[in-house]
Amino acid sequence: MTDTAVQAAHTADAAPVAHRRLRFNILRYNPQDTGSVPRMQTYELEEADGMTLFIALNEIKEKQDPSLQYDFVCRAGICGSCGMLINGRPTLACRTLTKNLDAEITLAPLPFFELIGDLSVDTGKWMRGMSERLEGWLHAKGPEPDLRRLEERMDPAVADQVYELDRCIECGCCVAGCGTARMREDFVGAVGLNRVARFKIDPRDRRSDEDYYEVIGDDDGVFGCMSMLACHDVCPKNLPLATQIAFMRRKMVAIGWKK
Amino acid sequence: MRELAAWGVPWSRIQQGDREVIINSQKVTITERAEAQGLVAQRDFGGTKKWRTCYVSDGTGHAMLQTVSDQAIGASIPVHERTEAIALIHDGSRCYGAIVRNLITGELVAYVAKATAIATGGAGRIYRVTTNAVICEGIGTAIALETGVATLGNMEAVQFHPTGIFPAGILVTEGCRGDGGLLRDVDGHRFMPDYEPEKKELASRDVVSRRMEEHIGKGKGVQSRFGEHLWLDITLLGERHIKHNLREVYEICQHFMGVDPVKDWIPVRPAQHYTMGGVRTDHTGESATLKGLFAAGEAACWDMHGFNRLGGNSVAETVVAGMIVGEFIADYCDRPENEVDVPMGLVHGFLRTEQAKIDALINGRGSESGDAIRQRMQEIMTSKVGIFRRGEDLASAVEELQQLLVKSRNIGLRYKVRGANPELVTAYRVQKMLKLALCVAYGAHTRTESRGAHFRQDFPRRNDAEWLKRTLATWKGDDTLPTLAYEPLDIGRMELPPGWRGYGAKDYIDHPDTPKRAAEVEALKQQLAGQSRFAVQEALLPYAAKLPKSLQGRNERIDEMFTNEAAK
Ligand SMILES: Cc1cc2nc3c(=O)[nH]c(=O)nc-3n(C[C@H](O)[C@H](O)[C@H](O)COP(=O)(O)OP(=O)(O)OC[C@H]3O[C@@H](n4cnc5c(N)ncnc54)[C@H](O)[C@@H]3O)c2cc1C
Repeated sequence: MTDTAVQAAHTADAAPVAHRRLRFNILRYNPQDTGSVPRMQTYELEEADGMTLFIALNEIKEKQDPSLQYDFVCRAGICGSCGMLINGRPTLACRTLTKNLDAEITLAPLPFFELIGDLSVDTGKWMRGMSERLEGWLHAKGPEPDLRRLEERMDPAVADQVYELDRCIECGCCVAGCGTARMREDFVGAVGLNRVARFKIDPRDRRSDEDYYEVIGDDDGVFGCMSMLACHDVCPKNLPLATQIAFMRRKMVAIGWKK
Repeated sequence: MRELAAWGVPWSRIQQGDREVIINSQKVTITERAEAQGLVAQRDFGGTKKWRTCYVSDGTGHAMLQTVSDQAIGASIPVHERTEAIALIHDGSRCYGAIVRNLITGELVAYVAKATAIATGGAGRIYRVTTNAVICEGIGTAIALETGVATLGNMEAVQFHPTGIFPAGILVTEGCRGDGGLLRDVDGHRFMPDYEPEKKELASRDVVSRRMEEHIGKGKGVQSRFGEHLWLDITLLGERHIKHNLREVYEICQHFMGVDPVKDWIPVRPAQHYTMGGVRTDHTGESATLKGLFAAGEAACWDMHGFNRLGGNSVAETVVAGMIVGEFIADYCDRPENEVDVPMGLVHGFLRTEQAKIDALINGRGSESGDAIRQRMQEIMTSKVGIFRRGEDLASAVEELQQLLVKSRNIGLRYKVRGANPELVTAYRVQKMLKLALCVAYGAHTRTESRGAHFRQDFPRRNDAEWLKRTLATWKGDDTLPTLAYEPLDIGRMELPPGWRGYGAKDYIDHPDTPKRAAEVEALKQQLAGQSRFAVQEALLPYAAKLPKSLQGRNERIDEMFTNEAAK
């Protein structure tokens, strides 16, 4: 930055700027409360510099409506707790800047998952069930290693590839945006298929393609995907979901032919 | 680390041959030997001389957590999500479990247990500006304190990180400075060399944080609507480096500020980062005063850190403590003398008391706002119990926090629902958080010296003669202050008697026992010169016997390969 830029940034920060009035239309419903019915509720708020939906929702809760439910944990885009529909699109609320949205903002909970209340959904329960069905943990080769000895070696490039897929934060946005999931409630989603792909390329896992076929070789698995690939577009971590699904499908088709 | 590798963590691995790294802003070529190919790599992190931090690309913590969670699912270990422990069940000498609130239904359940472990993380949210997650409210630590029996150790020891983005407090990694990023002030001037000509931006976390605040204090901060900040300039690292090696930083700037760090400077200011204090435990992780209560991770004061904490040590602590303390807990549960006849009357009593407290909040006529009290507490902690501490500020913080604590007993709710109710949650949590805030503020006020991250402007020297001791806080009934006691440390058993720690001024008051022990250590080292490092360790500070049996052996390393006999 040049000296003038320093100056500009300095003045931009200090000068009073006219802020927009934001209107939030939020889908309210508390299934715990027998009197509650789903409805849209509107809140107004003055925008601030650098305002994210994390800041905006907290301000609404603190100043206007203490009953508003939503989830944030890390508020830094790495834990996946705050997925919601923002103007119809599933994404992470904590890292959505209001300045990138129109003044009228519609918020709704992620569809597909069990609703806890308002914008809060139980992704954790679904993710656990999915992981149990797919056996989403490393199935080690051989007996337990002697931990006092040197660790098993691994190709650095392969370790990096595994990590690229391990970056998934299980926010649920891919499933919430998925056409198949809307029709098949047992569909494992891109999150599930990515999980299987992650173990498939991990040389420490003993499972064969046949074993994976057992868990994803049907319409609730890789053959259910209609390749609309909204998952790929909405993934906040930019995971290569389209490539992973295509890869798994090719492998599973090959197994299917053999059967 | 090896266990995690066997469970599936994709640790970054060593690639043999040459690679370029940046050390002290200089490009240096390192050559990895062929024998190391494919082993878990270790890097430079957090200012330690030895490169010893295992890592997973730019997402170490996430990858570790994911793998441990996977393995828990594989082992069919149930995880009760959205439930919160709000009190421990105990009879004054033994802990029998916890009263737990279901955050969806509001129902209270008693979990009855032979051994109870607190692993609830840090308490950063008692501060307004913190890098910590929203859930780091210290409730687990607070319920241990509320037993009146368990002690909290060193709560005034709080670490601040130099580069929280401003004003949100989200952390941008130390790597920014490690790789050559610079700190600049309102005039665009790089100011760190003025204060720390040798280490500049790479001085330790607490030193850099203090210098930044000092510089802002001199009127050199950048004014903004949310207060003052400084700039972190990484533009000189270039687009490729930023988008590749510092991908997470790039994403944070883009998503949370709409700033492009390739071209623009990043607004930063130090933020609360780590809670060194916590539930005081012995080496097995058990509270010395409340039997059957264990603690591990950031919530514990297991003495891994003292008054400061090195980068990388915390996620290491979570898994190392998980391994060691977990083993001790299993042993504890297996021992016949630890069988319990659960006193059901006691359990019901605790359940009723906790229910009554919640009912009082919902049905009561209190008039105070939990949110307002919480905000004021956070403001006081950040402005008066922060990086620079002064006697009078601390005294006024303690005074006002006590008033807030009294007020918090009179919180009223606008939203009176029993189930999921964010206002109710804030109300009962802030009552607990205030007690932790008071442990920090009062402990900081009482400790009239500077040590590690605790810096008293009015007592800038470390004073081992009077303060080489651990602070222990307990809380009695309806008191508005913790009761503090101090436990001296035994220098006679230290492998590294307190000396100059390699950073900050060499200006401190020695403990009378230090020279004697230092001489002893020196003599032992000379006497054992030429012997193996294991023999030296055994003579200076034997520790193997303090580990669980299964972990007592040596570990093979690339330069200390086991022969076939040794392996058996
Ligand atoms: C931004 C950031 C970057 C960091 N970077 C590093 C680094 O590079 N290297 C390093 O070593 N360390 C780092 N740390 C520190 C490290 O991440 C933490 O110290 C560590 O994650 C703490 O782990 P834990 O398991 O003790 O607690 P946590 O991971 O905080 O987990 C505590 C759990 O307990 C739950 N809980 C809390 N209260 C209750 C209750 N009353 N009842 C039931 N459950 C409860 C919480 O919901 C949470 O799930 C960083 C920290 C932050 C904030």
